[in-house]
Amino acid sequence: MSTETENTKLAQVTQWIDARFPMSSLWRDHISEYYAPKNFNFWYYFGSLAMLVLVIQLVTGIFLTMNYKPDARYAFASVEYIMRDVNYGWLIRYMHSTGASMFFVVVYLHMCRGLMYGSYRKPRELVWIVGMAIYLCLMGEAFMGYLLPWGQMSYWGAQVIISLFDAISPPLALWIRGDFVVSDATLNRFFAFHVIALPLVLVGLVLVHIIALHEVGSNNPDGVEIKKHKDPVTHKPLDGINFHPYYTLKDLVGVSVFLGIFSAVVFFAPEMGGYFLEANNFIPADPMKTPPHIAPVWYFTPFYAILRAIPQKQLGVIAMGAAVMIFLALPWLDRGLVKSIRYRGNLYKTAFGLFITAFLILGYMGTQDPNLWYVNPTSQICTVIYFSFFLLMPIYTRLDKSRQAPDRVTS
Amino acid sequence: MKQHSRLIKLLVSFAALTALSAGLAGQPVLAHEELALEHAPIVEGDKASLQRGARAFANYCQNCHSAQYLRYSRLTDIGLSEEEIKANLMFSSEKIGDTMTVALEKADAKAWFGNPPPDLSVEARVRGPDWLYSYLRGFYKDSSRPTGWNNTVYHNVGMPHVLYELQGVQEMVGEEGAKSLKLVHSGKLSEAEYSQFTADLVNYLVWMAEPAKATRIQIGVLAIFFCVLAFFVTLALKKEFWKDIH
Amino acid sequence: MSDSHSDNGGRRRFLIGAAGALGAAGAAAVATPFIMSMLPSARAKAAGAPVEVDVSKLEAGMMMTSEWRGQPVWVVNRTPEMLAQLAKNSDRLRDPGSENSEQPEYCKNPNRSSAEHPNLLVVVGICTHLGCSPQDRMKAGNAAGMGEDWPGGFFCPCHGSKFDMAARVFQNVPAPLNMRIPPHMYMADGRLLVGADKSKGA
Repeated sequence: MSTETENTKLAQVTQWIDARFPMSSLWRDHISEYYAPKNFNFWYYFGSLAMLVLVIQLVTGIFLTMNYKPDARYAFASVEYIMRDVNYGWLIRYMHSTGASMFFVVVYLHMCRGLMYGSYRKPRELVWIVGMAIYLCLMGEAFMGYLLPWGQMSYWGAQVIISLFDAISPPLALWIRGDFVVSDATLNRFFAFHVIALPLVLVGLVLVHIIALHEVGSNNPDGVEIKKHKDPVTHKPLDGINFHPYYTLKDLVGVSVFLGIFSAVVFFAPEMGGYFLEANNFIPADPMKTPPHIAPVWYFTPFYAILRAIPQKQLGVIAMGAAVMIFLALPWLDRGLVKSIRYRGNLYKTAFGLFITAFLILGYMGTQDPNLWYVNPTSQICTVIYFSFFLLMPIYTRLDKSRQAPDRVTS
Repeated sequence: MKQHSRLIKLLVSFAALTALSAGLAGQPVLAHEELALEHAPIVEGDKASLQRGARAFANYCQNCHSAQYLRYSRLTDIGLSEEEIKANLMFSSEKIGDTMTVALEKADAKAWFGNPPPDLSVEARVRGPDWLYSYLRGFYKDSSRPTGWNNTVYHNVGMPHVLYELQGVQEMVGEEGAKSLKLVHSGKLSEAEYSQFTADLVNYLVWMAEPAKATRIQIGVLAIFFCVLAFFVTLALKKEFWKDIH
Repeated sequence: MSDSHSDNGGRRRFLIGAAGALGAAGAAAVATPFIMSMLPSARAKAAGAPVEVDVSKLEAGMMMTSEWRGQPVWVVNRTPEMLAQLAKNSDRLRDPGSENSEQPEYCKNPNRSSAEHPNLLVVVGICTHLGCSPQDRMKAGNAAGMGEDWPGGFFCPCHGSKFDMAARVFQNVPAPLNMRIPPHMYMADGRLLVGADKSKGA
């Protein structure tokens, strides 16, 4: 009896809110009655995990801001202050530095999923493009955030990357720095972008990404449209299941595994062998002395390797920019008859395998000393493979002998 | 089911990767080296060793090198009482909550040594324990240097060998490509004692670079345990609901 | 679909409960370090460490100000007349026995001072109304412009709160409580230590 009255009370509150804000319909449209294909596999964990990392970064970021000082005189010391004097400051800082790298791990896997199953293709072009905008925003966020600890790698990394804009136009580099070298002015404005401007844009883009996805519906490992076959009475897709509770619960399993890995890094290897936190960044920034070997953090190294592979500065910068931007053209480069790699022919599978291999090798080469004999030739070969994957795609996807994709999803 | 076994495999391989990189951590290569680095025989968390290291740091390093991010009061973490810290490691004018600064003026230091001696708070995270250990043991006579000293891992180092009374004097002998150090005058400490002395000092420098490390690992064990538990519960819950899906 | 649902209702409820409990515990565990990080840091604690004050040169009827945790701490060397006046103030005070006010146990007496030096008043010079620092009106009578019957004490310019020479608040003013007495002790050499006492150690 009492639960019944409680239920009616709850219903009354819900009704009151629904008359003023579409709470129930938002919940239905996007969570409880959003129909997702029932055959999602391992690769479909990374979207929700990316959102989780975004939340981790926002929360830890807010708490870091409480003690960080965006001033060239105090920035380095304030980071050590967080690491030593602030209660659990070390934990919050390690969560943020690990979160930065894990964000890219998750996003790269999420993008790889999109490539494998043709998630960028009609009608999901905008989902893909907004996703790329998120990725670009994330790169800016990571680059600017990396300056804030004001260590040697922070300083010289920023110096090198901003100097790339010199190749486009010298006044542009000056405008970005706000000084003739990377200085206090640069630090202060990067701080403003890192903690306010880009996070706002990022959150907005994530919302747009999800709204666009829910408009067209999720793709799946078979690359078939579940909306083609609906129940004649209920109009629910026959191969679709309610996002909640099925995928919310499934994603929770993914979250547990992810948090286990995340904790392993945060608590047992926060430097991750120098890949997440670099040794030279524990030296305060010194504008008079460049460290002997500068490499960007691992998530930028594939593009950095492309930059270095090309011996002419301007062309190098253009190639690096193009390497990122070319993903935007994917929906129109792919002429294949099927979306999913499962039903593609050997031509596409070979091209895809070569591309992933080239991307990984480029990532490794970007961390290596460019004076080693094998670095430049290997990077150049991989750069050619990288661009060929995209530029030749209209040809090999048309020639490719794909199998007929099934009508319904396979389990 | 297949997906979950894949998930577990992925977890295992990530864990292995993490362990591997933990093993690799702290081995950055900074300058060109003439001799291979020696492995630093330190036991992290050995309080007796850390206390000996703290005393060595106060007596031999802190005349020129600060540790400006470390508070004296933090030394209670390595088992010293506030009275012991005040009596043995601090100047009388300092307070227990102060950080380890140094009286040497930066301008003077630059004039004497070319570069001001760096702050050592986080030095171990820059160099790694093996480099520090090799450095402290790698000084040798070199008349071409203004200080009279050179170092095997830090070529043309600006710092003189402040520990030579303890270690004695080494010279570089042998042909190009097969060089080695030879002790030509022995110091106050035997070779074994000097090894222990330098290992204690390195241990202390490593502790100083990240005083929260021990706490970090303790909490980490709990966090991992929690995540494993959460994995099994959420997996059971997910399976229970997914029974409905055919 | 609905069959298996009803068959396993109990197991389902149990798992939901277990996952919910685990989630709540996890959320609490994660929130803890974030909340703790907002407490005073090691630096703030070091800056807020006890301060030593030399009170040997403080003459009778005089007051000196030192700083502890960023707040003014007054030390007043009261004359015998001032101390004698304190007992007569009682019926004009809001909390004459300091029942509701904040002071160490050894200062919960009419003088609000420790037994070693009953003449010395050690008090945080912050009004208990809204945190302004009151001014010294230690001279009794009209000399301070406080009216004929003024027994001597302190006056807060912000909202007109009045305190006597033991920093006890008068009636009919906005401040609710007597001013705060910090923990303090006299060391072997006679110097005053503010911020620590015998119970908490130096």
